[in-house]
Amino acid sequence: MNTQQHTVSRRDFIRISAFAGGGLVLGFNLFSSCSPQQGEGVIYDLNAFVKIDTNGAITLMNPNPEIGQGVKTALPMLVAEELDVDWKAVKVEQAGLDTEKYRRQIAGGSGSIRDSWESFRKAGATARQMLINAAAATWGVAPESCTTEKGQVVHADSGKKLGYGKLVEQAATMEVPADAAVKSITSFAIIGQWIPNVDNRAIVTGQYKYGIDTKREGMKYAALVRPPAFGQTLKSYDDTEAMQQQGVEKVLRIDNKIAVLGRSTWEVMQGAKKIKAEWEDGPTMESTADYLRNFRETVAKRPAGNPQRKDGDVQRAYQSGGTKVFEAVYEAPFLAHNTMEPMNFFADVRADGVELYGPIQTPERTRTTVAKLVDMPEEKVTVMMTRMGGGFGRRLMSDFVEEATLVSKAAGVPVNLIWSREDDMGGGYYRPMCTYRYKAAVDADGRLTAWQHQSVGTTGSPARAGSFPAGAVPNLQVDAQEYKTPVTTAPWRGPIHNFIAFSEQSFFDEVAHAVGKDPVAFRLEVLDQAKQQPTGELEYDPDRFAGVIKKAAEMAGWGASKGPNIFQGIAAQYSFNSYVAQVAEVEKRDDGKLKIKKIYCAVDCGIVVNKSGAENVVEGGIIDGIGHAMYPELTLTRGKPDQVNFNTYRMIRMAEVPEIDIQFIENDIAPTGLGEPGLPPAGPAVANAAFAATGVRLRTQPFIKSGLFA
Amino acid sequence: MKLHINGHVYDIDVPETTSLLDTLRIYLKLTGSKYGCGEGVCGACRVLVDGHATPSCITPVASVQHKEVVTIEGLAKDGRLHPIQQAFLDEDAFQCAYCTSGMVISAVALKNRNPRPSRQEIIDAMQVNICRCCAYPRIMKAISNAQS
Ligand code: FES
Ligand code: FES
Repeated sequence: MNTQQHTVSRRDFIRISAFAGGGLVLGFNLFSSCSPQQGEGVIYDLNAFVKIDTNGAITLMNPNPEIGQGVKTALPMLVAEELDVDWKAVKVEQAGLDTEKYRRQIAGGSGSIRDSWESFRKAGATARQMLINAAAATWGVAPESCTTEKGQVVHADSGKKLGYGKLVEQAATMEVPADAAVKSITSFAIIGQWIPNVDNRAIVTGQYKYGIDTKREGMKYAALVRPPAFGQTLKSYDDTEAMQQQGVEKVLRIDNKIAVLGRSTWEVMQGAKKIKAEWEDGPTMESTADYLRNFRETVAKRPAGNPQRKDGDVQRAYQSGGTKVFEAVYEAPFLAHNTMEPMNFFADVRADGVELYGPIQTPERTRTTVAKLVDMPEEKVTVMMTRMGGGFGRRLMSDFVEEATLVSKAAGVPVNLIWSREDDMGGGYYRPMCTYRYKAAVDADGRLTAWQHQSVGTTGSPARAGSFPAGAVPNLQVDAQEYKTPVTTAPWRGPIHNFIAFSEQSFFDEVAHAVGKDPVAFRLEVLDQAKQQPTGELEYDPDRFAGVIKKAAEMAGWGASKGPNIFQGIAAQYSFNSYVAQVAEVEKRDDGKLKIKKIYCAVDCGIVVNKSGAENVVEGGIIDGIGHAMYPELTLTRGKPDQVNFNTYRMIRMAEVPEIDIQFIENDIAPTGLGEPGLPPAGPAVANAAFAATGVRLRTQPFIKSGLFA
Repeated sequence: MKLHINGHVYDIDVPETTSLLDTLRIYLKLTGSKYGCGEGVCGACRVLVDGHATPSCITPVASVQHKEVVTIEGLAKDGRLHPIQQAFLDEDAFQCAYCTSGMVISAVALKNRNPRPSRQEIIDAMQVNICRCCAYPRIMKAISNAQS
């Protein structure tokens, strides 16, 4: 996932807003093409985010893709705060891809709020200033003597008031002020509140349309038959039976796949099952056992050189007198994303352009890819993002959009290409499979003096050089190696963090127990070391990191006995610029089996924009983290996924969900990532609690295979 | 074939083996019920058939003739949300919301036969429904707090 950080300078913003509003009347009449409606006014764009109707109605645009992370509510909140409007009276609309108006229309890297915090508030403040200037000009008073009050400009001295709708026509002709001030944090009225999802009514009544619901005149549904195993190629196929399936109209070969088109989803999926295809194996048709063996052998060898990070000299530290050295190997399986809404996309490829409509986290990159694919200039390709039934990183990839494009092009009709669950789970782009070897040294004084991390996995780099305890240890080495495979992998919620946190936080716990230190106290000690005597680059703030650990420990009553059968474990992770610590509490039942009872979670993500959304994604992240650490794995037999539906791939369900208590650290730091950071600590917190309860160290996921859990 | 859906009678000519889910989504344009697994193991497509929460993905349309089908679109009466819908809305009990339709249907079926379910009874009734975003605690809260 894109973890790159952008700083938004005011110049960036002015360029954007000047383009979008820039003193020109960009207003248009929405109803000019249909018969005029009673009481409806004319709508003006004050900038790319704010539309105001002369009848007073206010519409805010959400440019980023909504995958369930809540940006369609949270981003417009930033604008509304500064525009000074009544949130309940505001309407929010989803914008399509428009790179002239917007920047970074991506759902990924927990970056939407981080990247928009300044610019979106500025957009609201600028529009507000334009409305004030318009009112001041109307009344012949100084703009400084005017203020605003929930959708109207007020002149206190004269008691005059005018609603934004009455002012917008004039405001739209005014120069865009470059210096509109944003509010101070203490005067926020919308930011920081508990604001429900803007689409909630359409959602609970089943009216909201997802990509999979798209149906257009002349459109065909399409299903694809793809290689059953990674690395296979299509040799030949027979579609006789498929063509006899009711509702199937056409069968086409698309590269290495076969497209079945027809009038309904179920019928084309049935048709796809009736295709008799012959596939040819590639040179490597590996199984999970092969990967595991290979990976273990790789990390047992000396690293190949070119470490990602090297501070001091770990080898020397291991040899130092009185030093204790510890070592362990951790493993993480492939995991499917399993968005609840399977991959799908609408594509209409015509001679004069391409229309793309559906669930995608990366519309801009997708447009570029598709334009190349059909050999048309990018301006000929339009992309509209629908609300998505989950993303988790899967929809950063655009393979299914490319497929829909090729099918539409080949068939000459608009298509909605829909993957079955089997296609979706068996179709790749998994969370990479990785193996890690850790080694650490603690000197005679109980100080952590060396930390070594050597990894191999089916991804470019399975390691993160700056991950805890990097910066706190005088001798540190990180080596990572990619293992090439035909199995496709992709970012998966909390990329790399999701498996690094498990191994690193568990191994740290191992070391703490081995030297007889309390895992919380030992973490704080090491963070203090990072603060007092940092080594090399330090990517996290030790105080904020320690802050969440202390908070979670305090919430959990760490160290105090909660009864003979209750055990706790802690884990903490810094990711996407946010700090999260979690204490997991497990209960040992009479039969000796463990049950996860409760998670205490402390989060420092700076200012919380939407209390409801923030709590929702952190809570979801915790359960997601537990679920995927506990239950599923995607295994392969000669390149073929063994699990392709939820009957064999176990997802966490309601019965397994523990009680959860979340607290956010209150501060006035600009907001940082939140969609992902809640997930990584959950698995290791559970593993560490399981160790406390049983003395058994979990080093392989899923945990359920250990037999420790009920 | 005559179908009774959300209080309306539809006369529809589709192959008898067509899934109820496709019939609703494609021919009747009732897209509130969702496809999640096609195997009856995720709950996303659940609808009420004579009051029972039923996976429409594995239900042939012919089997529901002469039965009363209610989908998420048919729960609100005269613009008034069903108490379960209202409770999901009040608790903001969704993230991507793709599972919501099936969750609401399972919960309505439960409340109809058991107006005051215990925590365990809620879990038992909802265990088929997967929420990939894991909004489970709020879903639990919504169902417990919903007016009977
Ligand atoms: S789609 Fe019917 S139960 Fe999953
Ligand atoms: S809210 Fe996304 S699957 Fe439940």
